Amino acid sequence: MKNIAILILPVLFLFASATPPDANEILKKVEENMSSKNRVFESEMIIHGRRGSRTITAKTYSVGDKQSFTEYLSPAREAGTKMLKLENQLWIYSPTTDRTIQISGHLLRQSVMGSDLSYEDMMDDRKLTEAYTAKTVGEEVLDGRKTYVLELTAKVDDVAYHNRKMWIDTERFIPLKEELYAKSGQLLKRTTLSDVQQVEGRWFPMAVVFKDMLRQGDGTEFRMKSVKFDQDIPEYLFTKAALKQ
Amino acid sequence: MLAIKLAIKNILGAGLRTFLNIAVLSFAFVVIIWHNGVIDGWNRQARRDTIEWEIGQGQLWLPGYDPLDYLSYQDAHAPLTEVINGLVAQEQLAPILLTQASIFPQGRMQGAVLKGIPPQQSLLKIPTALLEGQDGEAPALIGKRMAESINMKTGDKLLIRWRDKNGAFDALEATIVGVFNCNVPTIDGGQIWLPLEQLRTMLAMPGEATMLVAGKEYTGGDMAPWEFKGQSFLLSDLDMIIQSKKGGGAVIYGLLFIIALLAIFDTQVLSIFRRQKEIGTYIALGMTRWQVVGIFTVEGTVYSILAILLGALYGTPLLLYLSKVGWAMPSGSTDMGISIAERIYPVYGAGLIGFTVVLVVLAATVVSFLPARKIARLNPTDALKGKIQ
Repeated sequence: MKNIAILILPVLFLFASATPPDANEILKKVEENMSSKNRVFESEMIIHGRRGSRTITAKTYSVGDKQSFTEYLSPAREAGTKMLKLENQLWIYSPTTDRTIQISGHLLRQSVMGSDLSYEDMMDDRKLTEAYTAKTVGEEVLDGRKTYVLELTAKVDDVAYHNRKMWIDTERFIPLKEELYAKSGQLLKRTTLSDVQQVEGRWFPMAVVFKDMLRQGDGTEFRMKSVKFDQDIPEYLFTKAALKQ
Repeated sequence: MLAIKLAIKNILGAGLRTFLNIAVLSFAFVVIIWHNGVIDGWNRQARRDTIEWEIGQGQLWLPGYDPLDYLSYQDAHAPLTEVINGLVAQEQLAPILLTQASIFPQGRMQGAVLKGIPPQQSLLKIPTALLEGQDGEAPALIGKRMAESINMKTGDKLLIRWRDKNGAFDALEATIVGVFNCNVPTIDGGQIWLPLEQLRTMLAMPGEATMLVAGKEYTGGDMAPWEFKGQSFLLSDLDMIIQSKKGGGAVIYGLLFIIALLAIFDTQVLSIFRRQKEIGTYIALGMTRWQVVGIFTVEGTVYSILAILLGALYGTPLLLYLSKVGWAMPSGSTDMGISIAERIYPVYGAGLIGFTVVLVVLAATVVSFLPARKIARLNPTDALKGKIQ
C-alpha cells in the first residue's frame, strides 16, 4: 500500500503541476497586478510611419480605468495638447486653437496622433473577466519567459473584439503578448509588452508595441519613462476646466 | 416700311463698321445660345443620371437619416414591415442598408461607406447583378472613381473592417466583382456596394434597411416611420448648382453682349452727329421728329436682325456639331461631387433660341433708341445747316 502511495503521489503531483490554473484566475491575477488606485507616468510614444518615426512624450494621470488626464509635452507642435477621459467621454484641448472638442462618433475611430492606436482603443476600459470567457489552451515560452496561453471569447455582444489571445507570464502574471481578432477570425491588432520591471513592489511592463495588423508600418512603440502608483492626484485635474489651464 | 428701307440702305452703306457691329453681336448671340445649351444639356443629363442611378422616383428615409452626415448611419436603420417587404417583392421599392467602415487598400487605412443592395434589383442602373452567384466569395462592386482612388480593379481583393450594430469589430476580404462607370459621384466616391443580405449578416441587422428607393410603379401610402422624399427634394442641390452656374456664365456672356451693344450705341451716336443734314432734310420733307427717331431706332434693330441671320449662318452648323460631339469637361471636374459627365452634349430648345432672339433684338432696339432721342430736340433749320448742337 505504502509502495503504491509512493508511486502514485509523484504522478498526481506531476499531473497537478502540469494542469495550468483556471484562466479566470489568471486574468484576475493579471488585473490585480496591473491595476492600482491611481498612477502617474511619463511616457514616450514612438510612431513608426512610412516616412520615418516620430516621438511624442506625454505625462498621464489616471484613476482606475475610468478617469485619465494626459498632457503632451513634446514635440513643439503637440506640446500643450491635453486629453481628458471621463467614463465613456473623451475631450481634447488644442492650444493652437484654444478650443476643447469632444471626440465622439466616427472621430473615435481616428488614430491618436497618427499612431496605431485609435481613440476607441483608449476608451476600452471594461474588465476582461466581465466581457470574456477565458480558457487556457497551453503554455509557450516567449522571449525566454514561460507563459500561459489564454483564449478569450466574448460572452457579451457589445465588445470591440470578439476574440483575444493572451500570453501571460506564469510567474509575474503580466501579459507579454496579446492578439485581437475579429468575429471572422481575422487578426486585427497585436500588442507586445516587454521590459518588465519591478516598480513599487509590482511587476510592470515598461514598453508596449501596438501594431494594427491591417495597416502597413512597424507599429507604435509606447515606452514608460517613469511610473508611480497610488499618488495624491488633485480631483480638479479630471474636469474640463483643467484642460485650459 | 420707309423706315426699314432707309435703315437697310444706311446700314449697308456704312460698310466695314456695320460688319464689325453685326459680327460682334452675332458672336454674342451664338455664345449665349451655346452657353445656355451646355448648362441645359448638363442639367438634363445630370437629372437623368441621378434619377436612374441614385434616387429613382424618390426615396423613403428613416427619421434622422441624413446622407451627408455619416454619424446618422449608426442609428438610422429599421426592420422592413410586411407591407414594405411586399412592395420590395413587387419591385416597387429597393431597400439599401448603409454603414461606415474602414478599408485597407495596399495597407493604407481609408474610410468608406458600405451599401447593401439587393443584387436582383432593377430600379437603379447600378449593375448589382454582378453581386449575384459569387459562391464562397464576398463580392463587392465599386465605381470608377473609387477604383481609381484606391487603385483597384475587377478581381482584386479588398480588406474591409467594420463594426456590427453592437460595436464588435469584424473584417473580411472582399473580391471586387465589377467596376461601374457612372456620372453620379454620390454613389461612387468612397463607397462599396455589397449584397444586401450579406451586409445585413455582417452588421447583425437581419431584415433591416436605412432607406428605400422607389420605382415607377410605387404609388405611395402610409409608410410610417419612413418618410417619402420626392425627386424635387432630392434634386434640389443639383438645381441650385445649375442655377449658380447659369448665373456665373451670364456674367461672362453678359460682358460680351454689353460690348456688342456698346458698339451699336457708339455707331448710333456717331450717325446722329454726322447725319444732321439728313435729319433736317427728313423733317423739312414733312416727317415728324419721332418718325425720324423711328428710322434711327429701326437701324439699330436691323443690326440685331442681321446679327441673328449671320449668327444663324455660322452658328447653326457649329452648334449642331457641338451638340453631336459634346463639350469635354476638364479632367477632375467629375470628382467635384456633383453629377457631371466627362462630355456634356448641349441642348438647344426652341424656348432658349426664341428668348435669345427677343433679348438681342430688344436690347439692340433700346440702345439704338437712347441716342436717337436727341433727334427729338433738334432744331430742323440748324440741322439742315449741319450746325453742331
